[in-house]
Amino acid sequence: MRYNRTSKALVLSAALALTLTACGGGGGENPSASSGGDASKVITANSTEPQNGLLPANTNEVGGGRVMDLIFTGLVSYDATGKPVNELAESIETTDAKNYTIKIKSGQKFTNGEPVTAKSFVDAWNFGAAAKNAQLNSYFFESIKGYDKVSAEKSTLDTMEGLKVVDDTTFTVELSRPESDFPLRLGYTAFYPLPEAAFKDPKSFGENPAGNGPYKLAENGWKHNVELDLVPNADYSGPRKPANGGVTFKIYNSFDAAYTDLLANNLDVLDQVPPSALQNYKTDLGDRWVNQAYAGNATMTIPSYLPEFKGEAGQLRRQAISMAIDRQQIIDNIFFGAKQVAKDFTSPVLDGYSDSLPGNEVLTFNADKAKELWAQADKIDPWPADKVFTITSNIDGAGNKEYITAMANQISNTLGIKAELNPIPTFKEMRTLVGEKKLTGASRAGWQADYPSLYNFLGPLYGTGAGSNDGDYSNPAFDQKLADGLAATSVEEGNKIFNESQEILLKDLPVVPLWYQAVQGGWSENVTDVKFGWNGVPIYNAITGK
Amino acid sequence: MITFTLKRILQLIPVFFGATLLVYFLVFATPGDPIAALSGGKPMSPAVEAALRAQYNLDQPFWVQYFLYLKNLVSFDLGQTFSGQPVSDVIARAMPVTARLAVMALAIEAVFGVIFGVFAGLKKGKIFDSTVLVASLLVIAVPTFVLGFVLQFVVGVKLSWAKPTVSSGAPWGDLILPAVVLGLVSLAYVLRLTRTSIIENKSADYVRTATAKGLSRRRVVVVHILRNSLIPVVTFLGADLGSLMGGAIVTEGIFNVPGIGNLLYQAILKGESATVVAVVSVLVLVFVIANLVVDLLYAWLDPRIRLV
Repeated sequence: MRYNRTSKALVLSAALALTLTACGGGGGENPSASSGGDASKVITANSTEPQNGLLPANTNEVGGGRVMDLIFTGLVSYDATGKPVNELAESIETTDAKNYTIKIKSGQKFTNGEPVTAKSFVDAWNFGAAAKNAQLNSYFFESIKGYDKVSAEKSTLDTMEGLKVVDDTTFTVELSRPESDFPLRLGYTAFYPLPEAAFKDPKSFGENPAGNGPYKLAENGWKHNVELDLVPNADYSGPRKPANGGVTFKIYNSFDAAYTDLLANNLDVLDQVPPSALQNYKTDLGDRWVNQAYAGNATMTIPSYLPEFKGEAGQLRRQAISMAIDRQQIIDNIFFGAKQVAKDFTSPVLDGYSDSLPGNEVLTFNADKAKELWAQADKIDPWPADKVFTITSNIDGAGNKEYITAMANQISNTLGIKAELNPIPTFKEMRTLVGEKKLTGASRAGWQADYPSLYNFLGPLYGTGAGSNDGDYSNPAFDQKLADGLAATSVEEGNKIFNESQEILLKDLPVVPLWYQAVQGGWSENVTDVKFGWNGVPIYNAITGK
Repeated sequence: MITFTLKRILQLIPVFFGATLLVYFLVFATPGDPIAALSGGKPMSPAVEAALRAQYNLDQPFWVQYFLYLKNLVSFDLGQTFSGQPVSDVIARAMPVTARLAVMALAIEAVFGVIFGVFAGLKKGKIFDSTVLVASLLVIAVPTFVLGFVLQFVVGVKLSWAKPTVSSGAPWGDLILPAVVLGLVSLAYVLRLTRTSIIENKSADYVRTATAKGLSRRRVVVVHILRNSLIPVVTFLGADLGSLMGGAIVTEGIFNVPGIGNLLYQAILKGESATVVAVVSVLVLVFVIANLVVDLLYAWLDPRIRLV
């Protein structure tokens, strides 16, 4: 799921967040037994207008994503802790992490009556990858053999050679290289199956999709910019059985309005307390709130193309800057204690996470050590006397300006150099600057996981030439570790190697990790059993009326 | 009068082209790449990027983009939003909501503004007059968003008299609160304008004559004083309809009204030229037509005014 403009800035928090299973704030605990609830209640929840038509491979932001995840179901879905649970998959088997044989359950159907077969998956994935369909998530299929050909500009091909239908319930996937975490990805929106109807007229299908998930879109259910009405899908037989009579997503353009509605019990579930209410939401909502870590982090990129940050001196400078930042102080004073100091490059909710990687002391505030490292770097290559260390950030998201200014002041005070915020008015402009590699200093960054895996926090961001490697980081030793981790045949083995790769990152610091994100949410007096998932999205199907 | 109306309608054409060109250029000139923002920092394959650029003509220079836009406009095609919906549909959904809100706000400010203004003017210096003056000063001094949030919290959350935000379909009842907030500041101006005007006119010669003729007090006030006092008020209300339609961004934001203001704001943030230009053009039309109606009303209110 992409990091959208508002969520990036507004998700200010994270208190305890030890692991996702250890329920966050303490106030947010709700009765675990769901007996006696009103299963016919229609839940209202906040959302944003989906950016595109509801097609799996074209939905890359939360507004559309949370709807897609309810009206479709893929081979697997993720439980609250991010563990994949089989939905349509009977089995996903491999011996070499490169060739997969996938068997699906039979007898399932889409809401338009078409059966869900192996072909529904193969066709949907081919459709998503092909350049001529211009689907935003097409890069998700890049590991599949033949992707390079269908995705090339002006390509008219529409099938990847790596996908083969064996029979109605079996298909095989051949990747272009071994990737042990491929099965973990299969719960992501891009990998959902599609019925034939979708390919005939993708545009009108996107307006009125026929899915196979626990819910379906009500008739004329998508009232643009107003609300989306979902009703339970009687044909669904998977593990996410709805405990309510439907979900209505109300479209809000500001979290303040949504929060006011929540206070008036005019909205049942809010997944983001606005910054203006962060100080008071716990008292406002009694025991109807949650504050728990989700799979996202905040970092500061120091691009490799900056001359002052190259070579040995550059490495020392990066470490010095990281140790000059007192993360806890910023969290306490600007985010009201609601985030968690980063100890690595990933997220504590992930399987394989470690808070004690060798070398992670570089992420702890240490003014003396920072000064010492900076002085060492100056001996090799003196920092120009009038040089200002800038941190570029868009300031249209609440809180950005405040925390980056604070960070710049800490760096300035500790290292005795000039440091300041380089404010950019909008997210759009910021992305352009970062994308064109025109930064003259550091920049605000962050990542929100698409699927729960350590690799998702490492490969796309720091691999040489990777899609979101905004700082142009490149280290062959790191690339080798990533490849080794992907070639591992078990997830545990892979995670071990990925953590070793992080030790390289902790020395090079292509980005300076700052903190882990957490979700602050709340619910009304009319609902119960509200829990939030590994990705900070409420588990809508489990919510029930009081 | 028909020639006058026709002339005014013809004047719309250059105004329309000027406005679209200017707005199109402003959106074009805002820094930042809308396609880069669409991907939200996640990777996007070059083929997809190129396809999206071509789809919205973003790969073309400004004049070509603008020309293509005009070309579609002639065939009543307002273009598409980045989400692939026709801009005309999007506007058709938002417009009635905003129109309803604006009309309600206008009605509230016209009715209450004129009534309070008349009484205050007739009883100048009395306790009612002073109270109303102080109250209107307060309303003008407090920014709309403060007023909006306070009323929303008190009426919507604490008292539960109305829903704090507008629900699906934007029913009239839900729009009362936002309309009050939207109309309140203008109400204060209307009230003050009416009051001043009434005070000026009530000592005019024709009023004394009318009273001397033995006409009823009611007829003197309504027909002689009020009708003559309404010209500045009508001018203000006419211009205000335009600002109420386009200037409701703050109010629509607070009460989550799915109207034109919200639409415009989101489109500007995304750099969606087609939507911004279309919405602004519609607002230009509203302004111009409102002004035309005001001019026609002048002639009715004061037969001495001739329209040429």
